[in-house]
Amino acid sequence: MRALPGGLEAMAGPGLRRRARIRVSGDRVFAGVLRVVAASFVGLVLALVVTLVVAAVPAIRTFGWRFIVGTNWDPVAESFGALPFIYGTLLSSLVAMVLAVPLGIGAAIFLAELAPFWIRPPIGFLIELLAAVPSVVYGLWGIFVLAPLMRVWVQPALGASLGFLPLFQGAPYGVGMLTAGIILAIMTVPFITTVGREVLLAVPNHQREAALALGATRWETTRMAVLNYARSGLIGAVLLGLGRALGETMAVTMVIGNRPEISASLFAPGYTMASVLANEFTEATSDVYLAALVEIGLLLLIVTVVVNALARLLVWSVGGTVAKVRE
Amino acid sequence: MRVRLAAIVVGVALLTFGATAALAQSLMNGAGATFPYPIYSKWFDEYAKVEPGIRFNYQSIGSGGGIRQITERTVDFGATDGPMTDEQLKKAPGELLHIPTVLGAVVATYNLPGNPKLKFTPDVLADIFLGKITKWNDDRIRAVNAGASLPNQPILVVHRSDGSGTTYIWVDYLCKISPEWDKLVGRGTSVKWPVGLGGKGNEGVAGQVKNTPGALGYVELAYATTNKLPVAEIRNQAGKFVEPTIDSTTAAAASVAKTMPADFRVSLTNAPGDKAYPIASFTWLLVYRDQADAGKGRALAKFLWWASHEGQRYAADLLYAPLPAEVVKQIERKVKEITFQGKPLLASVDR
Repeated sequence: MRALPGGLEAMAGPGLRRRARIRVSGDRVFAGVLRVVAASFVGLVLALVVTLVVAAVPAIRTFGWRFIVGTNWDPVAESFGALPFIYGTLLSSLVAMVLAVPLGIGAAIFLAELAPFWIRPPIGFLIELLAAVPSVVYGLWGIFVLAPLMRVWVQPALGASLGFLPLFQGAPYGVGMLTAGIILAIMTVPFITTVGREVLLAVPNHQREAALALGATRWETTRMAVLNYARSGLIGAVLLGLGRALGETMAVTMVIGNRPEISASLFAPGYTMASVLANEFTEATSDVYLAALVEIGLLLLIVTVVVNALARLLVWSVGGTVAKVRE
Repeated sequence: MRVRLAAIVVGVALLTFGATAALAQSLMNGAGATFPYPIYSKWFDEYAKVEPGIRFNYQSIGSGGGIRQITERTVDFGATDGPMTDEQLKKAPGELLHIPTVLGAVVATYNLPGNPKLKFTPDVLADIFLGKITKWNDDRIRAVNAGASLPNQPILVVHRSDGSGTTYIWVDYLCKISPEWDKLVGRGTSVKWPVGLGGKGNEGVAGQVKNTPGALGYVELAYATTNKLPVAEIRNQAGKFVEPTIDSTTAAAASVAKTMPADFRVSLTNAPGDKAYPIASFTWLLVYRDQADAGKGRALAKFLWWASHEGQRYAADLLYAPLPAEVVKQIERKVKEITFQGKPLLASVDR
């Protein structure tokens, strides 16, 4: 394949060669423009980090490491510790991913591999519609519909059946970590499914045909020929969903209970970094308070980067061992 | 076709130019509190009929933002639900005046079977929010609610999670009536709550209270009235149980008029009057005493005069309590103190 353009050029006359040269200089301009675009993203991230660090300096100076490991958040006494918020962000996103990944990938497999053709466009459309619903709508639905359901049915049932686990103990308020995780799962599933479906549809058909020809069942074909092939794309889909879960603000704020405490129970109210920013930024007047909130924003950025990196590392290491075993 | 297009372009250009010319008349920029935003936008609308030359642009970004922006002089006036502290005033490049505009009240709302009419004494309210009274059938709640049937149910406290003037008024009241609250929690637009859940905005608190039997929260009077939430009577400093209404809120301001500090930075919570509802507050506009621009300064002073007189008529419809007459008199004197390069701006407009 690659030899072909060279072969073409050898066959071409001088006119074509001149045009090719123009095309080359066009390529250079094009590449230059793209380089600037790519660099601007790097510049943007750097500018963001610099701005956040500069604005957070008063808090970093006052609290140092205690800011990250401290659990006390008292705006009146101006004593700030961000651990409950970090914990809340990580736990609510973890709950969301535990629920959303099987659901989202499952729906993507169904839409790409199994569903009858006539049903794919309407279901795909509905899922994309879910992605377009504004988060404040999810939040209001959360307090007025989901939270009462959780309080009256789901939490008592979980408490009765799995109450021996610390995860499902405590008074059912309706709002709390679990409800926030469920809302986040509902919000991230459309992302995972939509992107996941496109990735699966991009898997070449000869992969499936080869597996089927070797006598694989439908499930074996999907698992070995399709999912394996599409793995990195699917991870991208999940990370996109994870990114949304970590940064989601309005919907979570409405249903998480907004209490900066660390509790083992998923029924207990919690707080996330994005929520405390949304809640307290507008009314923060003192310099240290404002700087503490900015530092939370900085930590949120760092946590997002670290979690994404860890997720990729995890998947690479797992993928590596699988490949080795097969060899 | 092309001719018509050109005509449209010229027309649009002329319109834009005309609009820009109109803009050049006077645009007053303001920013701050969200709580009084509905009445302020009503005022700006109505005032445009009185003074067509002036346009207002108000960003309801929160009291904190309002204070920051007026301190940095990026707006012509600020707005706040809580008075600025001495420290904040010192940071401003000039002397800032607090001009009260209307009053608001904060009410206790709850969710109990049948929603009986409830009464609270200050100490009971404080101890519930401190987490010391935890059940609805506590003897101290029953003592003042003889007729009501109170279940053996835990009290779930619901508070605002977002920083807000509403929270400031509520905890300012708790600070005044409970030394323990003052020491343990203190006052601010966000505090460290000893117990309870946080809901975002009035709707978040009201939603949580409505959905949870046994919940007790606080919201703005206007929000409770429009949504027909059950509200509690609170015993005031004079020992009377007072229902939160527009009248009892205005009464709170009237009862402190005699002892009003010259800069209007006064807390109306726990007001002494017989008819005063104890959890009320002014909301203020913030303006520099010495204005940087004569034209804008005069326009602003005239607007403040109008707002504290004619403007008060619109308050009750929007469920804000109007200022009492005594306080309006005091505001008149204050508005006349607004100057440009030391010369009063309103002296000639005596009405």
